[in-house]
Amino acid sequence: MEKTVQVLKSATIRFAGDSGDGMQLAGSRFTDTSAIFGNDLSTLPDFPAEIRAPAGTLFGVSGFQIQISSQDVYSPGDEPDVLVAMNPAALKVNLKDLKKGGTIIANADAFSDKNLQLAGYDHNPLENGDLKGYNLIPVPITKSTNHAVQELGLNAKEANRCKNFYALGLTYWLYDRPLDTTINWIEKQFASKPQIAKANKEALKAGYYFGETAEIFTTRYKVKRASLPKGIYRNISGNQATAMGILAASIKSGLPLFLGSYPITPASDILHELSAYKNFGIKTFQAEDEIAAICSAIGASFGGAIGFTSTSGPGLALKQEAIGLAVMVELPLVIADIQRGGPSTGLPTKTEQADLLQAVLGRNGECPVPVLAASTPADCFHTIFEAVRIAIKFMTPVIFLSDGFLANGAEPWKIPHASEIPTIDVKFRTDPVDFFPYLRDENLSRPWVKPGTPGLEHRIGGLEKQNITGNVNYEPANHEAMVKLRAQKVQNVANDIPLLEVEGPSEGELLICGWGSSYGPITTAMARLKEKGINVSRIHLKYINPFQKNLGDILKRFDKVLIPEMNLGQLAKLIKAEYVKNVISLTKVQGLPFKAREIEEKVLEILGGGNYA
Amino acid sequence: MPEDNSTIKSKETAKLTAKDFSSDQDVRWCPGCGDYSILAQVQRVMPSFEIPKEKTVFVAGIGCSSRFPYYMNTYGFHGIHGRAPAIATGLKIARPDLDIWVAAGDGDLLSIGGNHFIHTLRRNLNIVIMLFNNRIYGLTKGQYSPTSEHGKITKSTPMGSVDHPFYPITVALGSAGTFIARTMDRDAKHMQEIISRAHAHHGTSFVEIFQNCNIYNDEAWFKYTEKETKPENVVYLQHGKPLVFGHNNSKGIKLNGFKAEVVSLEDGKYSVNDLLVHDETSRELAFILSEFMDKPGFPAPVGVFYNEEKTCYEDEVTEQIKTVTEKLGEGDLENLLFSGSTWTVE
Repeated sequence: MEKTVQVLKSATIRFAGDSGDGMQLAGSRFTDTSAIFGNDLSTLPDFPAEIRAPAGTLFGVSGFQIQISSQDVYSPGDEPDVLVAMNPAALKVNLKDLKKGGTIIANADAFSDKNLQLAGYDHNPLENGDLKGYNLIPVPITKSTNHAVQELGLNAKEANRCKNFYALGLTYWLYDRPLDTTINWIEKQFASKPQIAKANKEALKAGYYFGETAEIFTTRYKVKRASLPKGIYRNISGNQATAMGILAASIKSGLPLFLGSYPITPASDILHELSAYKNFGIKTFQAEDEIAAICSAIGASFGGAIGFTSTSGPGLALKQEAIGLAVMVELPLVIADIQRGGPSTGLPTKTEQADLLQAVLGRNGECPVPVLAASTPADCFHTIFEAVRIAIKFMTPVIFLSDGFLANGAEPWKIPHASEIPTIDVKFRTDPVDFFPYLRDENLSRPWVKPGTPGLEHRIGGLEKQNITGNVNYEPANHEAMVKLRAQKVQNVANDIPLLEVEGPSEGELLICGWGSSYGPITTAMARLKEKGINVSRIHLKYINPFQKNLGDILKRFDKVLIPEMNLGQLAKLIKAEYVKNVISLTKVQGLPFKAREIEEKVLEILGGGNYA
Repeated sequence: MPEDNSTIKSKETAKLTAKDFSSDQDVRWCPGCGDYSILAQVQRVMPSFEIPKEKTVFVAGIGCSSRFPYYMNTYGFHGIHGRAPAIATGLKIARPDLDIWVAAGDGDLLSIGGNHFIHTLRRNLNIVIMLFNNRIYGLTKGQYSPTSEHGKITKSTPMGSVDHPFYPITVALGSAGTFIARTMDRDAKHMQEIISRAHAHHGTSFVEIFQNCNIYNDEAWFKYTEKETKPENVVYLQHGKPLVFGHNNSKGIKLNGFKAEVVSLEDGKYSVNDLLVHDETSRELAFILSEFMDKPGFPAPVGVFYNEEKTCYEDEVTEQIKTVTEKLGEGDLENLLFSGSTWTVE
């Protein structure tokens, strides 16, 4: 049978199955292969909080979405073109997102009575025409996988576990991807288990050849290489970039790095990554709780290291008192909050941006802290580096905000050379002449003194300090002066950061003002609007506290300001309070990132445009 | 060998005196407070360690006793309630070369900071933790603490506390502590000796100090600390020596199976040879001794309950870094950035 090849600009694929089906693995392999092939891409892993939820259930479904493109990609795609559904529950949970007329590759073997019942089907949707509007391709994935590996003497469970590679192989064929990247990976990953390695390779190839020979696929798709800027690239997730960024800051400042952390989703990978970099002299400490984690980091900062603590929203709440201590003792410290759905335990594995106000305002007393937010997975590298620079220069704790979408999502990253990364200046005070612990420099920063320095013995703590001497002091006028000094010091950061640049016209009817991980969907929405002849402007905030100095001026130049954020309007609140500017909030709190379409539609609505599909 | 206290000693500092360790800040404890004695004994023994002032750090949380760092002319950190062990942990891991002390009260260390206390002990960082135990909350003006006796009438328990206390020594033993001792604010010589031994121990040294709060819980320990009652109520633990106490050493402790009993040495039934001989290396024995508190007829043991040599957390951290660095070479940022799967766009 003749197979036609269709060239696409981009494609979105979603792998979905039980949380034990290896869908995250299939997705990340597809990501690596596509990246090395030369596509631009963006990914969205979406998995349940339960490690191995009961098989076949709706709440146990784990998904991984990837958009690949021959053009620039800024988001993991709104609607998948292809859904790989490993069981009925995966189909049921994901079908609503699939593009009209999209392709469903379903593991027909998993559509047993029991699984159908678990997914709440009273019939088999593969058989009764339910899926008529879609390009349905039922494939006996379990049986074919077992068949492919039967010679290798694996037990039933082991053989069964290879089926994600079969599905992956089939998808590689469909999108004309080479197998070698994945084969190399399998050989490395399963080096100590050659039988399993062989089985996974066989399953991968069997899936690929099934696409080749079966009479059911009439079309394959090609997504050509993207024309990215020249350079050497790697795939990077937000958490990897965060770990590498702070490591780079340690090297570029010449300071040892100390991470105090308590495991929490979705931040734990930062602890895992940094724990592996021992030959950089990094010390990682898995503390007994979130409070010990930050307090140990403060202790390390007092000792002259970069104190770092990584957490998510519930952990940030626990750390707030200690952040106040760091504000009072004026030591550099970086707190990474990888936001997830809240409140309370909330949605541990899902994304949200609802910690913004607790980052900016969430402490007792007047307790200002610089807050920075990363916009893409790779941007985590640059943003955490900048957080370290500010923490050291201004002798202050700095909060770095990322979120579950950035942390686990990945994108190709043009790797900077170490020599291109700027150095961070550090001055330790060693001169005992005229030394006072709270005598400030031109930025209002106090001196950093390492214990061990003779003649500079001094005491610091959480009680209010006398200006300059740092002695405990409760005088009313001194307290007010110190509160104002600490506030001014954080405001001074605004003198030390670049001004905002407006993308698009510098004035006009509508400005989109984003922050954090909404960067991708906003960018995609703007590109689509441009294709329709609609040219809107946008700014994207990396610095939330203090705001960049020209933000107020920019806001004035637009009639309307749209702020999309994954909360109920927290940045909008801050901007309204600071600039007395009316803004339009576009909010989403579903544990999922914005779709570009949602932003596009809102813009059209604001501009009075028609109802575009 | 990782850097430890022995390598930071200096000949010049041998000339230091107690006064050199006294800061220029006015001591603000209530007149008559037991904290004064502890401060004096610490300042008195510091010069004997021959460690430069600048290498010494006192860390504290919140409470009366936690003002301790302000009065020591060394580096000092007055943290937040309960967190001193966590701050000290980070500092020690980052800076194993420093000589680090924690001063904490019973509310600070055992209530709000209980979690940090137990985990610091089990990690066995080379620091000293001094517990100023006065069985009351002083700074917040007189509420009961985790070491207050059951039924205690305080401002927050006008009808008597229905909380049962625990004993810090038992908690420390249960937390895998490696040096566990007790001393008393009114026994200056003993305190100097115990603090010196605690400091000499390589690992987390825990010293419970009976400390009198003369405002909110006056005389709480007088039965143990005053000349008249002390002999009948205190037994001094000495490694390898039998447990003898009482006026004219008239009593002793004998083991009967797993149970300890107080016996008379005067009725001819038992002699010193029948008594329990203290063994600092026995955790089992230390547990038995730690339960003597408030037990009718039993004396409170003071001295070193338990002493064990075990690797320190920060030493192993340093060692792992050394091993990995020898194996992989010193980390190189350029290599790390370009590691893993990369591809070139021409």
